[in-house]
Amino acid sequence: MIGSTIGLAADLPFPPGVEDFYLPGLFGAYPWITKFTILVWVAVALILIFFLAAYRNPKLVPTKVQWMAESIYGFTRNNVAADLIGPEGIRFAPYLCTLLCFLLVTNLFGIVPFIQISPNSHIAFPVILAVISYVLFIYQGLRRFGLRYFRNTLILPAPWYVQPILIPIEFASTFLIRPFTLAVRLFANMFAGHVILLVFTLGGFVLLNSDALFLKPISLLSWAMAIALTFLEALVAILQAYVFVVLTSSYLQGALAEEH
Amino acid sequence: MELAEVSGSLAAIGYGLAAIGPGIGVGLIFASYIQSTARQPESSRMTLPYVWVGFAVVEALALLGVAFGFVWAGKV
Repeated sequence: MIGSTIGLAADLPFPPGVEDFYLPGLFGAYPWITKFTILVWVAVALILIFFLAAYRNPKLVPTKVQWMAESIYGFTRNNVAADLIGPEGIRFAPYLCTLLCFLLVTNLFGIVPFIQISPNSHIAFPVILAVISYVLFIYQGLRRFGLRYFRNTLILPAPWYVQPILIPIEFASTFLIRPFTLAVRLFANMFAGHVILLVFTLGGFVLLNSDALFLKPISLLSWAMAIALTFLEALVAILQAYVFVVLTSSYLQGALAEEH
Repeated sequence: MELAEVSGSLAAIGYGLAAIGPGIGVGLIFASYIQSTARQPESSRMTLPYVWVGFAVVEALALLGVAFGFVWAGKV
């Protein structure tokens, strides 16, 4: 067992790099079906089945599963949508809850044994989620205020002579930097988390294989670090899902707020 | 005579420098949260979402460092 893992470890590429994220297609004829594609389908299926099963036979006194589903929805409805956007934000609660569940499941794939990678560590998935939030908050602002929305967002109450500086800054921060950071934050967290786990896990094998005798025991330390950092990754996965949803709702709140 | 030889990538040092700012920033955010909660414990639930938003925004800088370190790794 140990011998086989060491033999396997000998040809592991040690400093992990970007190439580790380009997984090969699972079926020869369809190169676009990779582990990530399957994981996204699995995530969607898991969430669908969970909520359908939880609410198939609703009881006045909820069962355990129904209680879990209700607390997830209740959390996004009361603590995110109603608290951050205001009473009118409750109509966004279904979208925010779906977003939270999808992000939670896909992020947690990063630490589930034998899956060990999150689809969100590929920039494509966070970009699409960020674009949905971006279009949503601009659409809501435009629908409520019409073109006045841009005046509300761009022109802040300030003396006229600072406006030439202020307007470009406001424009860049609202319409260019927001979607970019929303996508890159999630991507970079998942990417960095996976790289860190790779460094410590593969580093353990490299230390074990090293010629210097005194380096071999340090591999145990490296693997202990890998386990500790897996717990940190669990925290980061949950936190980033929450942060994405909180930022989406705070952008919505900004778009729907009355004029300054 | 060579006094010291440096090999490998300078990117690690660059990232270390880049992480100073976000490190201070994240520290300030949680320090302020703890202070405000100690002064007014009932405000803790109200300020917590802003703590996470602020934390995420500041931390993004450090994470951009990680991401761009890999993006530009091949170019000299």
